[in-house]
Amino acid sequence: MSTTDKAPAEAPQQSEDAAEPALGAAGAQLSTAPVEDAPTGAAAGFGVIGWARWFWRQLTSMRVALILLFLLSLGAIPGSLIPQTSVDAMKVAEWQRTHEFWVPLAEKLQLFDVYTSFWFSAIYILLFVSLIGCIVPRTWQFVGQLRGRPPAAPKRLDRLPAHTTWRTDTSPDEVLAHATTLLGRRRFRTEGGTGHVAAEKGYLRETGNLVFHLALIVMLVAFAWGKLYTSEGGKLVLRGSGFSNTLTQYDDFKSGSLFTPDDLPPFSFTLDRFDATYEKTGPQKGTPRDFKAYVTLSKGAHGAPQKAEIEVNKPLEVDGAKVYLLGHGYAPVISVTDPTGKVIFRNAVPMLPQDSNLTSAGAIKVTDGYRNKNGEKEQLGFSAQFVPTFAGKGGGTMLSQFPAADLPVIALNAYHGSLGVDSGLPQNVYQLDTRKMQQFTKENGDPFAQMLEPKETMTLPDGAGTVTFEGIERWATFSVTRQPGSGLALAGAIAAIAGLAGSLFIQRRRIWVRAVAGKDGVTVVEMAGLGRSESARLPQELADLAAVLHERAPSAPHPVEAQAEAEEEQGERG
Amino acid sequence: MTLLAAAANESLAEISNKLIYASMAVYTLAFFAHITEWVFGSRSKVGRTAAALTGSGAGARGAAPAVQVRGAGATAVLDKPQVPDKPQVVTRSAAGTRDVPDGPGAAGGTEKGDLYGRIAISLTVLAFLIEAAGVVARALSVQRAPWGNMYEFSITFSTVAVGAYLALLALKKNVRWLGLILVTTVLLDLGIAVTWLYTESDQLVPALHSYWLWIHVSTAIFCGAVFYIGAAGAVLYLFRDSYEAKLASGGKPGRFATSVMERLPSAGSLDKFSYRINAAVFPLWTFTIIAGAIWAGDAWGRYWGWDPKEVWSFVTWVAYACYLHARATAGWKGRKAAYLALFAFACWIWNYYGVNILLSGKHSYAGV
Ligand code: HEM
Repeated sequence: MSTTDKAPAEAPQQSEDAAEPALGAAGAQLSTAPVEDAPTGAAAGFGVIGWARWFWRQLTSMRVALILLFLLSLGAIPGSLIPQTSVDAMKVAEWQRTHEFWVPLAEKLQLFDVYTSFWFSAIYILLFVSLIGCIVPRTWQFVGQLRGRPPAAPKRLDRLPAHTTWRTDTSPDEVLAHATTLLGRRRFRTEGGTGHVAAEKGYLRETGNLVFHLALIVMLVAFAWGKLYTSEGGKLVLRGSGFSNTLTQYDDFKSGSLFTPDDLPPFSFTLDRFDATYEKTGPQKGTPRDFKAYVTLSKGAHGAPQKAEIEVNKPLEVDGAKVYLLGHGYAPVISVTDPTGKVIFRNAVPMLPQDSNLTSAGAIKVTDGYRNKNGEKEQLGFSAQFVPTFAGKGGGTMLSQFPAADLPVIALNAYHGSLGVDSGLPQNVYQLDTRKMQQFTKENGDPFAQMLEPKETMTLPDGAGTVTFEGIERWATFSVTRQPGSGLALAGAIAAIAGLAGSLFIQRRRIWVRAVAGKDGVTVVEMAGLGRSESARLPQELADLAAVLHERAPSAPHPVEAQAEAEEEQGERG
Repeated sequence: MTLLAAAANESLAEISNKLIYASMAVYTLAFFAHITEWVFGSRSKVGRTAAALTGSGAGARGAAPAVQVRGAGATAVLDKPQVPDKPQVVTRSAAGTRDVPDGPGAAGGTEKGDLYGRIAISLTVLAFLIEAAGVVARALSVQRAPWGNMYEFSITFSTVAVGAYLALLALKKNVRWLGLILVTTVLLDLGIAVTWLYTESDQLVPALHSYWLWIHVSTAIFCGAVFYIGAAGAVLYLFRDSYEAKLASGGKPGRFATSVMERLPSAGSLDKFSYRINAAVFPLWTFTIIAGAIWAGDAWGRYWGWDPKEVWSFVTWVAYACYLHARATAGWKGRKAAYLALFAFACWIWNYYGVNILLSGKHSYAGV
């Protein structure tokens, strides 16, 4: 009974209570929702501690939680309207160019990084502090309620949202005994009192609610953990070549602040085959239909090779890391001979796709082994445009008509001189730095450029050598990510849904049965129910229970008299 | 072989289009039947609401706290004939709420109005069946879930909304008042779908090749359709509530407003309806977002990346959570909570039309 002691103070605060304050203890503690303070700060004169306490109470109140939630949803909006650095840095640059006036303000407000900005973080950190500050006392309170017993019946059962009464010849004790068994069988928790039985059910609602809010905290912790230890690297792999999972092998790599290279699980794979199919006809001609990469995988440092496939929606999982298929493209195989006819370069050179039909651009860099006609060491460079399906002679432009390699053509501009690769500065492999190079020229002085189909060879001016377009290789880009904590996040998410369902679909309610002997020796049975919110289910349930109990304790004869008396009583009370 | 199959698919797509147009025609008939129902209903003199809120009602309320005996489930059990003197369950409303009976519905209790209301519902059932057949034909023509682009999304959306409404009717819930609004918006939705969003039936881009499409998109459509019904309830609640407030404060609403409003359920009932619908769907919406995150984890290598679509799903989710909290907070019940529910639904709609069309992100659909 101890839990109901402080009840009267809390009863009027019951948020969605159908009960009136007059119910006192009986209506109290049907939930653990925090008490709403009056917004006026009664803290003045309490000093620092007083203020701190006031602030804490405010922060953990429902009203402030509500405001913070609303702010969080408003705060998330700008990030979808203004490009975000974390999503697409190129778009951010573009936006900044077209909205110059707003840039200083936007940067001050961190509008390009909304979800890591100080103000967004402030909102959700406050919200989660509020959540923890709310959950802990509610949990204790709930534990107290679980240990307590259903509160005694209020004096006036007819004031409750659902009420019924009848007169019977069965003795009060018998009625109450039947009621206790009946309620117990329906999984109510019962408590006998003087002349009545109190019963309560639906504690799972509160449990669900607490589980849901706890699950939110678990999810937040999981996100934070994932962010700190995450790693994500990209790698372009040519058909026939391999990749092993060490830091140096990546083309680009991002990681969380607590990541160490030892966290990378050891494995390697070779790309054996890559298949892509496209829509061949209709308005969506060229739209990709299926991508599939076939690889040979070795787990661990010296694992046995095994076959595996990677598709767009089906990443390959290796020891906590996931390998995703991201993009793909073509790598024309180019060979170059020097003036003496010796092959000094033969490579598949990946080209970067420019549009959805895989019009691609790239650079072929011959860094070593070339000596010109005069025997001097030089470097060769070719800027290249590649189209997998050429429009046809006279179609003119180097724009691909279809993403598959149906009529591949490469166009080359040839340069000689210094590629500048030894300068120590990082270089874009898809671009030629022509500042220290001269373009080969034709006899009439025009720049030298030529289109090649597979197996075709072009001869550089002045017998400087030849270039052959030997064939086509494919490449695919993979992203290898590790995001620890996603299992925990998933567990949190599942718990959140389960808790939510419990919290929204289960009703916590109380039923009281009172049976007292009337003046004439006939027993008056009263039953009443109270739920946390008005619900059609409560009267229904009460009616069910009443019907069963009524069978055990059927109405006394003289219904007319009884009815009249009941009505009289009703009138007096009103 | 493949050519034959392609031809078959094309004719199926053609059939699907015809069915959608046919359903629009039937919905239009249902629309007129509903209008007729409202017109006939307006000729009845109900006036119950006014009586309950003014005059005798106001004085009586303090003395004898309006005790109502409601039948519904309670008496159904207790009506068993073998029980001689059955206990009657008496229910009481919470203190502070207006004790107003629900209006009689669009037909206003008139026989003719009721007849047209029934005709309207029969037509809605027919249109629903035709539209559902259209969706199925579309699915067969593309041999996949019919949710690859906005056109398909829209036709499924309105089918589900009408289906949910008919299911509530079949469960004998008091939702007939929703008929006219629902049919009107369904016509609007289909009109937009066939004029602006139409896309030839086709296959999916690889990113959409996943069983998560079935799970994530179907629940997203379902949540949206049911949230829509909740939002309609919230709008009507706001109107009906100001009407009741005006009556209670002694004002006299206009004749048209009175005629329409007094036939609707009471503000309390509408509010509860809207809350129950929204609360019931919220866990499913939570699941939809989580399923989307899992799919994103498989397709793009991260489960959450603040893509515009993800942002707006999150905003919608938080807004509904906000609404549910508002319902539990004393000062925020009623109108303020209803505004939150409408804000939340506006976020959902924006996430569907606005984000797909105006903002670019990873959620690009084949041909819008
Ligand atoms: C991340 C932020 C939060 C989310 C998404 C969230 C979500 C929810 C949801 C969906 C419900 C609905 C359950 C129902 O209607 O019974 C709920 C209930 C509740 N929440 Fe939160 N909540 C959050 C933060 C908080 C905070 C900070 C508090 C503390 C003040 C809080 C206290 C409560 C309480 C007391 C209930 C139960 C209300 C009742 O008994 O009807 N929540 N919450």
